[in-house]
Amino acid sequence: MCHIPRGRARRQLLVDKLGPSYLKMLASRALVQGLQTGFWRRVSTSSAAWAAHTHDIDVVDCSVPQYNNRLDTPLPDVPFVRNLSAEQKKLKEKEKGSWTQLTKEEKLALYRLTHELSFAEMRQGSKEWMTVLGGIFFFLGFTGLLVWWQRVYVYGDVPPTLSEESIAQQTQRMIDMRVNPVHGFSHKWDYEKKQWK
Amino acid sequence: MFRAALRLSVSGARSLTRSRPQYTASVAARSYSHGKQETDEEFDARWVTYFNKPDIDAWELRKGMNTLIGYDLVPEPKILEAALRACRRLNDLASAIRILEAVKDKSGPHKEIYPYVLQELQPTLNELGIPTPEELGIDEA
Repeated sequence: MCHIPRGRARRQLLVDKLGPSYLKMLASRALVQGLQTGFWRRVSTSSAAWAAHTHDIDVVDCSVPQYNNRLDTPLPDVPFVRNLSAEQKKLKEKEKGSWTQLTKEEKLALYRLTHELSFAEMRQGSKEWMTVLGGIFFFLGFTGLLVWWQRVYVYGDVPPTLSEESIAQQTQRMIDMRVNPVHGFSHKWDYEKKQWK
Repeated sequence: MFRAALRLSVSGARSLTRSRPQYTASVAARSYSHGKQETDEEFDARWVTYFNKPDIDAWELRKGMNTLIGYDLVPEPKILEAALRACRRLNDLASAIRILEAVKDKSGPHKEIYPYVLQELQPTLNELGIPTPEELGIDEA
């Protein structure tokens, strides 16, 4: 997610781009938008500054190289952990010496400093598909209930022409009319024996 | 390098080393119907020279490695050795381990490539003290 100027920074941007006369026109709109988007934030503070102030990690600066976990890019642009604690800095210093002096845990720690996920972790899937499929079936079932209710409580009766006797009368009329006498309906009726062939 | 990986048979290590494809494949990114085509040896030599640069910097290492992994081949052990030594010069153990992981991942379904590469690289790994991902337990999620 990239940094989008909000509040004062946005208004400044608008002034720079459009000139002061537009500012008055847009000021109220920007104010409203600022109030709406920064619901619990001070309107006059841009979101990046506010986020840095409150350690909100959702703001990512897209203008500098970022860390990424990618199978096709084994060595990412920046290490995963940028701000090293004192202990981590000591470990980094030790890394400059012979690596045979490092313990297994230290080697693993060094790996995790630079990389968030190993290849195996990147490749592993999740069980999310089960949840998704379950959700699909659940909502299909719920829809089925709705459809059933609708059929029983909303639809009226079917027309009388679909009753047994009505259909019998209709069939007899179709036979009398010689419907599809060559290959179809009446062809299957034996007119001598007065029965279906 | 392990070109034409699809043609690797399972019949032993001999077929692993440089199974010659019927055509001399050029660098994976370009297929010329004319013009000079680079041989496997030239490709390997070029990459070994790249990583052997004494004052290689971190960006060049990353760029080289990411590009190499982008090709449709598994790099030869000698290229990887040069890359691991470059990591050593840059004091970057994590990248060295990552390179090994990437090689295993790059082999895909050809499970015999990675053990062979490790076998070839074992002296270098021991000398530099580079652990394999298996030793660190990161080969399983």
